[in-house]
Amino acid sequence: MQSFKKIKTIITPLDKVNVDTDQIVPKQFLKLVQKSGFGKFLFYNWRYNDQEQLKSDFVLNEPKYKNSKILVAGDNFGCGSSREHAVWALLDYGFSVVIASSFADIFYSNCFKNGLLPIVLDEKTIEKLQLETGDVEVDLENQIIKTNSKTIPFDIDSHKKKILLEGLDDIAQTLLYEKKITEFENQSKIPSVL
Amino acid sequence: MGKTLFEKIWDAHVVVEKENSPSLIYIDRHLVHEVTSPQAFDGLRMNNRKVRRPDLTIATMDHNVPTNNRGLPILDQTSSVQIQTLEKNCKDFGIKLFDINSPNQGIVHVIGPQLGITLPGTTIVCGDSHTSTHGAFGALAFGIGTSEVEHVLASQTLWLEKPTPFEIKVEGKRKNPHAVTAKDIILSIIKNIGTSGGNGTVIEYRGEGISDLSMEQRMTICNMSIEAGARAGLIAPDEKTFEYLRGRQYTPKNYEFLVDYWRENLKTDSGAKFEKNYTLHIDDIAPQVSWGTNPGMTIDVTESVPSPEDFAKGDQNQKKGAEKALEYMNLKSGTPMTEIKIDRVFIGSCTNARLEDLIEASKVVKGRKVSPNVKAMIVPGSQMVKKQAEELGLDKIFIDANFEWRESGCSMCLGMNPDILSPGERCASTSNRNFEGRQGTGGRTHLVSPVMAAAAAIFGHFVDVREMDLN
Repeated sequence: MQSFKKIKTIITPLDKVNVDTDQIVPKQFLKLVQKSGFGKFLFYNWRYNDQEQLKSDFVLNEPKYKNSKILVAGDNFGCGSSREHAVWALLDYGFSVVIASSFADIFYSNCFKNGLLPIVLDEKTIEKLQLETGDVEVDLENQIIKTNSKTIPFDIDSHKKKILLEGLDDIAQTLLYEKKITEFENQSKIPSVL
Repeated sequence: MGKTLFEKIWDAHVVVEKENSPSLIYIDRHLVHEVTSPQAFDGLRMNNRKVRRPDLTIATMDHNVPTNNRGLPILDQTSSVQIQTLEKNCKDFGIKLFDINSPNQGIVHVIGPQLGITLPGTTIVCGDSHTSTHGAFGALAFGIGTSEVEHVLASQTLWLEKPTPFEIKVEGKRKNPHAVTAKDIILSIIKNIGTSGGNGTVIEYRGEGISDLSMEQRMTICNMSIEAGARAGLIAPDEKTFEYLRGRQYTPKNYEFLVDYWRENLKTDSGAKFEKNYTLHIDDIAPQVSWGTNPGMTIDVTESVPSPEDFAKGDQNQKKGAEKALEYMNLKSGTPMTEIKIDRVFIGSCTNARLEDLIEASKVVKGRKVSPNVKAMIVPGSQMVKKQAEELGLDKIFIDANFEWRESGCSMCLGMNPDILSPGERCASTSNRNFEGRQGTGGRTHLVSPVMAAAAAIFGHFVDVREMDLN
């Protein structure tokens, strides 16, 4: 997995609450059997009109946000379907950080499997951050967000932070506990399915 | 201090526990489907890993499968590739697959319980958020992403942060249980606690209003826990649970021994502490209809479309959300819900496509015809449900009324197969999500119970089914 340490770009404000994963990647694009190439489907129904042309009134389509890597959205981001395609699409489009006042659980967990950094800030801070037009630096090591005028600290679980900083392969780590897993299986009362 | 049911199941599955870190939790049952698994199997191949416990892993194809004639080839090339990929992956890794021609094929959350694969006290995962359904049996069951699917395939475990227990009590008795259903109970709960009200929690549903429900109705409740943001929903197993699972195809041989153990152990101790509590009184609740673009945007069928101000109760973000929802749904505040005309009816999904759902809907439909302006379809949750319904003659009742009677699958709940709404079409749906474009780009979804959907098909608009004779 790719690691995440620090980035500096302008932010893209997405002034919406309850952005569900059906909006992040609509279902017709879930049929691919690989992880790459989902960026073009990101927020598809908001980005494109019926003729598949870009809609000028959607924030991601404004040229100034073209190189932004930080998405700032409202409450309960990533709710609904468990589709990890949502995270793959955000990353493939170019985002490395999503900031929101809260995240749905499965989406939040999926972020850390792919190197996307989700940051929770309170609603007031989000509202101010969405108005920020200059470059914003997100520094995971020091857990701070720096704008031209201020420094905003953020919380993150130390275990999750380590995973992102080091880009750890989760499964390889887990298989170090192979002996414990076998011990557990030997005492389990739950029978096999077959 | 006593423990909650959730804590007991959690504690019984901890493989590794570390201070201030997630715990390694053992997974007893892993359900796999075609959409969220291909990248996981690829990951195994790239790292030369095997599936640790194929005997605890079961696969089926449900999201993509066409629901018309199963004898015809699948026209959508990408769907077809995804289905073939699952076949190949199951073959390569030695996993039992109920394929498109199997009598056991169906929506993964319908077949698990029907086959006796879902068991009380177990941990169950699937790359699908509605895995919470299995909580109706007292299993800790939750949806996971594709990376976690790969992790479970490789290790039969997951690193998890412990959610907090949330008690939802459902008190009282419904006056007309045929008209006011489990769907109306769970929609009422979500409308009250909100779509993020359960974030970070495992909900345990308790009280007379829950123990009164059949197993299939309990599944409807637990299924939609995720729509309140919860990781999982749980109901303590009782005699109804044990009876439901007895003698099914994959019910374990030592079942009675397990039942004795479960009866003794799988309940929340008196004095156990829940982090959150909510109580719903159901004596007087009405059939529910969603009006907006998330399941929390729901009201009684007797009410009118709310104004964004009334809905938001002072929250500016909620107000903006409601304005956008009304625009998308093409609804005006103040319109009585019963005056909203519909174009399509979908009775299906892991929420409401079990045998009882179809029986209840058939009572509304029998001897009547679908409104000429409405196109209505029934998609049974599994091939087994379909067969049982046909043995009861339900297919004939629906077909005579001009419903389409389909093969099983997820179908128009999420529209990955050809069953989709056209832009602007308005649908009364027994599914679980009314998100923008969920059932088809530009489509408008109203979430309702099976009886409400059936009645909407007949009358062409929403009606209060309490006014109908459903006994």
